[in-house]
Order: sequence, then C-alpha cells, then structure tokens
Amino acid sequence: MTDQRSHAREPSHRPSARAWRRLSQNRLARVALGVVVVMTLACCILPALLHLDAATTHPAFRHQPPSAAHWFGTDGLGRDYAARVLVGGQTSLAVGLVATLTCVLIGVLYGAVAGYYGGRVDEVMMRFVDFMYGIPYMFLVILIMLMFSESARGNPVPVFVALGLVEWLTMARVVRGQVLSLREREFVLAARLLGAGDLRVIVRHIVPNVLGVVTVYATLTVPTVIILESFLSFLGLGLKLSWGQLVSEAVGVVNPIAFFWWLLAFPSGFLALTLLSLNVLGDGLRDAVDPRGRR
Amino acid sequence: MSASEALAVVAGVTALGGVAWLPPRATRVCGALFGGLVSFAVARAAWGLPAGALTGVAIAALLGRYGPPTVLRRLTFLVPSLLLLVFVTTLLMYHAPGSPFAGEKVVSAQVEAALRAHFGIPKSAVEFFGIYLRRLIVEGSLGPSVKVQGRTVEALLGPALPVSITLGLLALMLASAAGLLLGVHAGLRPSSWSDSASTVLSAVGLSLPSFVIGSVLMVLFSLGLRWLPVAGWGGFRELVLPSITLALPYAAYIARLARSGTIEVMNEDFIRTARAKGLPESAVVLRHALKGAILPVVSFLGPAAAGIMTGSFVVETLFGIPGMGQWFVRGAINRDYSVVLGTALVYATLVTAFNLAVDLAYAWLDPRIRSRP
Repeated sequence: MTDQRSHAREPSHRPSARAWRRLSQNRLARVALGVVVVMTLACCILPALLHLDAATTHPAFRHQPPSAAHWFGTDGLGRDYAARVLVGGQTSLAVGLVATLTCVLIGVLYGAVAGYYGGRVDEVMMRFVDFMYGIPYMFLVILIMLMFSESARGNPVPVFVALGLVEWLTMARVVRGQVLSLREREFVLAARLLGAGDLRVIVRHIVPNVLGVVTVYATLTVPTVIILESFLSFLGLGLKLSWGQLVSEAVGVVNPIAFFWWLLAFPSGFLALTLLSLNVLGDGLRDAVDPRGRR
Repeated sequence: MSASEALAVVAGVTALGGVAWLPPRATRVCGALFGGLVSFAVARAAWGLPAGALTGVAIAALLGRYGPPTVLRRLTFLVPSLLLLVFVTTLLMYHAPGSPFAGEKVVSAQVEAALRAHFGIPKSAVEFFGIYLRRLIVEGSLGPSVKVQGRTVEALLGPALPVSITLGLLALMLASAAGLLLGVHAGLRPSSWSDSASTVLSAVGLSLPSFVIGSVLMVLFSLGLRWLPVAGWGGFRELVLPSITLALPYAAYIARLARSGTIEVMNEDFIRTARAKGLPESAVVLRHALKGAILPVVSFLGPAAAGIMTGSFVVETLFGIPGMGQWFVRGAINRDYSVVLGTALVYATLVTAFNLAVDLAYAWLDPRIRSRP
C-alpha cells in the first residue's frame, strides 16, 4: 500500500486526506456539497435576516400565487409560504442530523462490540439485528411515537429517537463487517500486547478506523431519515412545521378544480434538491473512501 | 417494563442466538418440523383443516428428507423469531399509552372488563401473549378485531393481501427491469457522462417521497391529460399509476446496486478470460458479467419483495386501493392489538419466505456458494 517513492511529493498520506482529495476532484460531489451547505445556511439564516414570518395568518390573501411580496405565494391561511418553506427546512435538516447521530452512536457501538468479540456474542447480537429487520419499520416508528404521544406533536425528541432507533440496524451491520476484519490486524494485536483493555482497543483503535465507512453511510442515512419523517407527517404523526408536513398538506389539497401548484412545488422541490445532493454526496464519499469501486 | 418481562425478552433473544449451535441433525429435525408447522398454519387459513394438515405433513416430510441445510437453518430460526416478534410487539403495545377500549365514549369498569374478556385482551401483557398463542395454534385464528366490529383479523387481511401482492409483483417487475437496465448500462461505462446521468437519475428516485411522486403522476396523467383513472381498484388501467409510484424508489436502489455489482464483476479474472478466448463483448456481458452483477440485487430483492407485497400505506391512501398497507397503520393508531400482531406475523413470514428464495437463487447463481459445505 505505502509507496516510499512518492512520500516526498505527496502532501499527506493519511487516508482521510487522500479521501478528501479524491472527493474534491469529483465535480458532481463538489456541486452536491455546495448545495447542501447553501441550503443549510439559507434555512438557518434567511428567515431571521429577512424578518420572514411563518405564523401570522392573512385571511384576505389566501392561496396567492407567487408574487414580489410573497416569493413562494401564500398557503390556505394566507401565511407567507417562503417563510414556511425555509423554517420547515430547519426542522427537516435538524431531524436528519440528530436522528443520524443517534443511529451512528448506537450502530457503531453495537457493531464494534459484536465484531470485536466475535463468536457467540456476535452470533447472538446479529441474530437480534436480523430479528429487528423482521419487524415492519413503519409500524415500529408509529409504536415508538405513540409511546411518547402525550408530548409527541411539536416535540421533536421522540421523532429523533424513533427514527434513530429504526435506522441503526444497517449501520451496525456495516460496522460489524468492517470490525471483523480489522480485529485481525497487527495494530490491534500491538495495542493489546501493550496492555490496552478491550474498551480502549475498541474506542481508540477500532472505531477511528471505521469512521470512513460510517461517514459514507451517515451521509446516506440523512436523506432516508428525512423521507421517513415526511411519511410520519403524511400520517399526521410528524413534526409541526417541516418539509414533509408542508408537502403532505399540499398533497391533501390536490383536487381537479383548482391546483395550487406552488404549495406542492416549492417544499417538494427543496426537499428533493437537498436529498438528491446528500445522496450524490454520499455516493461521492463512498467512491472517495473506497476507490476500488471506480477503477 | 417489569423485570420478568425484560428477563423474558433477554431469554428469547439468547434462545434465538442459541439456535445457531444446534447440531446438523437437530437442525434438520427442527427445521422440517417448523417448516411443516408454518405451512400447516398458512394452508389451514387458505383451504381449511384437512387440506392444511395434509400440506403440513407433506412439506415436513419433504423438508426432512431433501431440504438443503441452509433452508432448514432458516426455518429453525423462523418459529422462535416469530414467537419473540409476537412477544416484543405485545410488550410495546401494552406499554404504549392508550388501549383499544379508550375511545370517546368512556366505559365503566365493569363494561371494560366484559369487553376485555370478550376480545381476549386482559390487562397483563403476558396473559395476552398466552391467549393469543393458544388461539393461533389451536384455532388457527388471528383473533377478532376490536375496532372493526364483528370481523376477525384474517377476514380483514385475507382480501387485502392478494391486492397488495398483485400490485407489489407488478411494481417489483417494473423496478427490476428498469433498475437493472440503468445500473448495468452505467456500470459498464464507469465515470462516463451516462454514468453520472444515471447516478443523478437514481438519486432523484431515492430523493422523492412516494406521496410526491404519486400526486405528481396523478396531477399529470389523471387530472391533466385524463389518460388514466385517478384512483380505484379493478382493471388494469387502475394499476398503472400506483405500480409506477411504488416501483420508482426500488428501481433507483436496484440501479445503484447493479451499477456497483457490474463494476466489480468487470474487473474479475474470468471476464478477462472470456474476452481473451475471443467472445464478443455482448456475450461477455450477458453470459458472464450479468450473473455476478445481479447478485447484490438478488439479496436486496428478498426483503424488498416482502416490503412491497405487504403494501404501502401512502400509495394505498393516495390511489384508494384496498390493500394491506393500511392495516399496519390503522392497527397501530387504533391500538387494535390483534390487527397489529396479524400484520407483523404476515410480514415476518413473508420476509423469511423471500429470504429463503434468495438463498436458493444465490446458490443457483453463484457456484462458489453452492460448493461450500
């Protein structure tokens, strides 16, 4: 693997630096990264900067098409739709981020422990994951939401927990597969010979080595989670103001007489653009971390 | 959750893991037995008691004599995991707030007790588990629905399942065809312009929630162009839009898997050999590469088929289809315990059945797996 000759010329041989270089050569991934950053900044800063108001209703201006005053038009209660879409984006992005972090935390620890100890521990732990895969996930999410239902609507924490709890399974599988081969490597043996305990080996030596793969899957988990949240909104179990909720409201007023296209187009366009960028970015990251795929 | 319930769950998971250490002979016996038991239950629900018993015994005998070890191992795993599934789901439902009898009408304690006795839903989760299992095994019934008066769960799911399977099969065929075409095409030309285009296209498929896809299709083709009916169930024309809606995300995922599978296979030595012996490129791809490229797709198709054939709540709601997906959601929201358990059991059985099919297909597609002990 290590090439002695090019050591002087190449700036860094750390895997993360190499992956970053490869990623920045991928034009599609660069654009996607840009879109994600711009979208995040727009959703977080613009509403405050432009004093947009997502809550005040104007009964006289119901269902106004986009105009100079209301860029994205107004909704059925006369609220400014641009403000609602941007503020909704904050919620959707936050859900994606927090639920993904939950799932990374659980999945990495679970997978690392199962893979590191191997044998019977691994067998039992992975059987449990198989078993969890057998439970219809939508139904699991609904049950968890119901368990928190006293405080569910408006309180994002149960949504985060529910989505994270459902999505950690794949992460655990991926990490476990990596750790199974990592634990046979010399540096793990060396760490053990130097007297490191199991916990230290897992946290200091195993986990940092799977972070590349984990980053890839985390990037791909964010869109999955955002889509799941939008399904919850469709069921009426989601968060108060998110892209998913706006889209499902818009779908609810589709009728053959009057079609308020902006209600559907803007939130679903923003949603699709963000998720599309995250998916493309995840693909780019995968190619960058594991270059075998693009020989 | 009480300590005894937690202990039971831990014991169940351990037993589930322990199944893996059964010696081959015990696996053969258990697998055949469990396979016979499940096919007996399914056949009894479909054709009645005598035919069910006959089918069960026949399948158990066949499995015990000819069943391949991988199949038997999966079947041995099936029954304990179904039991654990029912138990864990019961616990979850009992610990979620609300009950099937908590409605707008407040009932007195005596009435509630009478209702609980009538529907077989006692206050303790463990007792309910016992009653449910006895009813399932002795009577072969999934129990009465609390919210849909006078119907059993099998009477609710029975007509819904074929609808979902029809729609699911059509969507799955669409998804496989489109996904494989796109993925293999891109995988043969990595880093090219058409590869990027197909990457973006498949990312689009994964980035749109199905209710957006569905409503856009509906607005375009039903309300706008008036080519197809808006909603309903019956003829072929009603099938088109829902199956496309259902297929699109799956097609996108299959395209990705097929792409990376193709790239990997094209670097294998046997492809070089095939080219070296002078085969035309089309033969190399069709006869040698395709088999390897669809391996990851096949392993995805197992769980995907189970998911797609148990219906999608979103698609069914949008297009007014009397499928099974709605019962997953209605059961959970109404706290209709038997409906929840019934749907979960059907889903889990289908997942195992399709994973079995995948195992068999794998062995057929990949000789390296077949030769393994």
